[in-house]
Amino acid sequence: MRVKVSICTGTTCYLMGGAHLLTFDEMLDPCTAQDVEIVGSHCLGLCNNEENGRPPFVKVNDHIIADATLNKVLDTVRAELGLEV
Amino acid sequence: MFHDNKANRLRKEVLVRVARAFFTAQPDDALNRIPLTMRPKSTKDSSRCCIYKDRVVLKYRSMAALGFSVESETDELKPVSAYFDEALQRDKPVDPVLTVIDEACSACVQSQYTATNACRGCIARSCEAACPKDAIEFRDGKAWLNPDKCVNCGLCMKACPYHAIIRIPIPCEEACPVGAISKDPETGREVIDHTQCTYCGKCLKECPFAAISDLSQMVDVLKLLKDGNAVAMIAPSIIGQLPGSLPQLMAALKKAGFSDVVEVAEGADETTRHESAEWVEKMAEGERFMTTSCCPAYIETVEKHLPEIGKFVSDTPTPMAYTASKVRKNYPEATTVFIGPCIAKRVEATKNADVDYVLTFEELGAMLVGAGIDVFECGEEEILDRASREGRGFAASNGVTNAVKALAPDDAELKPMLVDGLDSKTIRQMKMWATKSCPGNFVEVMSCEGGCIAGPGTLGNPRIAKKQLNTLMDQSPGISR
Repeated sequence: MRVKVSICTGTTCYLMGGAHLLTFDEMLDPCTAQDVEIVGSHCLGLCNNEENGRPPFVKVNDHIIADATLNKVLDTVRAELGLEV
Repeated sequence: MFHDNKANRLRKEVLVRVARAFFTAQPDDALNRIPLTMRPKSTKDSSRCCIYKDRVVLKYRSMAALGFSVESETDELKPVSAYFDEALQRDKPVDPVLTVIDEACSACVQSQYTATNACRGCIARSCEAACPKDAIEFRDGKAWLNPDKCVNCGLCMKACPYHAIIRIPIPCEEACPVGAISKDPETGREVIDHTQCTYCGKCLKECPFAAISDLSQMVDVLKLLKDGNAVAMIAPSIIGQLPGSLPQLMAALKKAGFSDVVEVAEGADETTRHESAEWVEKMAEGERFMTTSCCPAYIETVEKHLPEIGKFVSDTPTPMAYTASKVRKNYPEATTVFIGPCIAKRVEATKNADVDYVLTFEELGAMLVGAGIDVFECGEEEILDRASREGRGFAASNGVTNAVKALAPDDAELKPMLVDGLDSKTIRQMKMWATKSCPGNFVEVMSCEGGCIAGPGTLGNPRIAKKQLNTLMDQSPGISR
């Protein structure tokens, strides 16, 4: 597994759109999917500080994505894998 | 439209900030700062002309989140905190209307068809030939539709080989099944005709500028939880709307201050028992068909737009009604709060003395965030299996049909029909069923496509919610007679 995607499912992130990010597995082609592990994570604690940006948050390896959308997560995952974004 | 979008997130963010403010030491200051915090001077992308207009709109959103309709404003200088103080003085919920934040309405263009710059100015000019109203003119060699002559028939669009003529819809008007929202000819902004509105919430969900809002009862309930005794009644569609399992969610609600949490699925079982018996009875009496009665937006539609079908609607009370009546009996001193996916339920509640307040899942989520409750960190409340698989199944389309089927006598010839989403077409069709003939004898009507799990007050993804619902149903006992 080369990339770990943690989708925050704390109440704040879930409410602000995290619930929809849980369909992220459908964004991946079968080949990329082999290298990606997707987990729903307990609150990452990022929503307590406005400086982190807006929820929902997703962590892709060490990168934190604020105001995450399916496409933002996909781009970051592809960049991590060294694929064309 | 994809519903997890920026407009939708913005609406929820305002609710969250209002809820957070409630729990701070100085709510007034926090509330008055909402527009500034959300659109600080450093903002690069204002959604409108400038951040100052954004801020005004955010103030109006905060008003709606406190339960005030934007139309009720008399003094523009009145701060959000003053509305908050007033909200705390209320002892009953506000009238459940939808409000148009007119500053946020972008006044979508009226003319539905327009020629784009893809027009090649060809010599065939099929558009001109196709137009029955002589509305196509050529300016600088390109087609131009004269809005004074155009009757929106769309023939020119079909005729153009370059697809250069497009139809621009007005999303809220398009979404409204009954034509209750239309333009004020003077301002170009949308106005809701409350005598026609069925509170289905489709306009609110579809407006790309999030200019339509319902009037929240969140603050009323927050106040109640602080110093009162309230019982939560959670709709079957709560599955998938918040993180965590149903037992964890129930624990979270108790942590938020509810003295007890009751599943409305229990009431749904009561509805099933009565509705299947009623159906058998009606068929024996020679009625052609019977429709369900649990969807409040459908009931509003019947009253305002489909009186023909009125006599075919089941008289059985809704799951909310059965649940609330039981809760009232068990806890006569408590205030009852229904929590569901639905805006029209607020209207049903005004007609039912047993239901005091109605919250949407969005409001519930905002409340939990405001109170700093993380559902995943909550323990598990024991769910006494008082609700059945069928009762819980009411949350998704076909659920009521399956429940009634489970209790109908074996020899009953149940021919179910499903109206999965009300729109102008399905309403017309149902009119035909009422006046001429109906291909089935049991009609389940859901205003929202997919059922309650796709309601306007939901925040989950309907597909994920459906999966989780199926899992929960598999673990639940079958309904007893």
